[in-house]
Amino acid sequence: MAHEHKLEIFRGLWKFKSNTQKIWGVLVFLTFVTAIEVVLGIYKPEVLMGQVLGMKGLNWIFIFLTIVKAYYITWDFMHMRDETKALRRMVVWTGVFLICYLVFILLQEGGYIESVYSDGFIKHDF
Amino acid sequence: MNTTVATTGTEGKTWGGGSQPLKASYGKMMMWFFIVSDALTFSAFLAAYGFSRFKFIDSWPIADEVFTHVPFFHGNYPMIYVAFMTFILIMSSVTMVLAVDAGHHMKQKAVTWYMFLTVIGGLIFVGSQAWEWNTFIKGEYGAVQTKGGNILQFGEYVDVDGEQKFKRVAVADFVKGGHGERTQHQSKNGIWYVSEGTLPEYTVEEVYNGLAAHENVLVRNQILNEEGEKTVLSREESLKQIKDNGTLVVHGANLKVNEYGSPLFADFFFFITGFHGFHVFSGVVINIIIFFNVILGTYEKRKNYEMVEKVGLYWHFVDLVWVFVFTFFYLV
Repeated sequence: MAHEHKLEIFRGLWKFKSNTQKIWGVLVFLTFVTAIEVVLGIYKPEVLMGQVLGMKGLNWIFIFLTIVKAYYITWDFMHMRDETKALRRMVVWTGVFLICYLVFILLQEGGYIESVYSDGFIKHDF
Repeated sequence: MNTTVATTGTEGKTWGGGSQPLKASYGKMMMWFFIVSDALTFSAFLAAYGFSRFKFIDSWPIADEVFTHVPFFHGNYPMIYVAFMTFILIMSSVTMVLAVDAGHHMKQKAVTWYMFLTVIGGLIFVGSQAWEWNTFIKGEYGAVQTKGGNILQFGEYVDVDGEQKFKRVAVADFVKGGHGERTQHQSKNGIWYVSEGTLPEYTVEEVYNGLAAHENVLVRNQILNEEGEKTVLSREESLKQIKDNGTLVVHGANLKVNEYGSPLFADFFFFITGFHGFHVFSGVVINIIIFFNVILGTYEKRKNYEMVEKVGLYWHFVDLVWVFVFTFFYLV
């Protein structure tokens, strides 16, 4: 039974000698990313609190870092890196496409209802 | 006897059957497809959370003020405990992937140990979540709910290093209760089909009297100001709000009331972390089953440990979901 693993992450920037070593390497990276998130979450630097595309800049950073973590969990812990291209695309694009669609619709609608509450004739003054 | 057609002339060709274009076993592929559908379920929940949050974007509770506790420590430590939980879950993902790796090398002993550690990690996580729920349900300061279902909280300005900072004050610290003229309605001494839940510790009137007697205490409503902090009312406005609009004293959170703000926040918190916690729990159960199978040598006899790999996929997925729950409930 052949179980070849691609033993490099960051497009070959970080190479490993064995699969076990790669697992620990990915753990170090994920811990590092989580630490950044926690530190940013506690201190909330003033520079990042400006509005970017309808949300605080910091929130975009959090979402980006989350997707980075999700990528490494899927690619290296779930061995998506070693699956065939077809399986990878089937799983990833189905999810990505449908989730983006769902999130867009619901957030758009939520924002609209908020605008009705705050600018429309419906008031809640209690 | 040879009546079936044995050859079709397509053997060895791409569409001749028997080829595995995805190079993955049936079980593994189905686990992937289950994960896709489960991911869609979770993202629907999180998107619904986003919907409600966008709807009340200017009055949503601030997570840093809600989840501030760490077991065995007093004080205000937002994020620390949940970061620990995240680390535990990632760590148990690591031991899981090490078990899969050991399985590839047919090392029964190593797989056993790594599965054991994975189960322990999962149990610590579920336990932490139970603790987090308990703290959230018990609540901390207490608040007054208005007629419209909004929350009024209490606090006072204190001098911290020459700077005026708003610090929360618990209802119990300034309200004198216990007139006790109001008895709980029970079905045995009233109309038999009507009963009443536990009564709140204080009546709104008692809170009003307490507020009137303590000059320094102010009311804070749900509306977020430009700095992203809750609006603090003036002394007159505080008294007026409690008198005119207060209907119920709430302490802690459940599916109906939430002392931290919108009840929707509590509803989604219980629902999403509960659903995730249920996944972790079932993952732990499945891991235990696999653990015993490994000990019994089931996969040694089978000469492959793919079952560990399939369960591993599920376990990593649970970790993956938590990464998102962590971001959208505690960070954003």
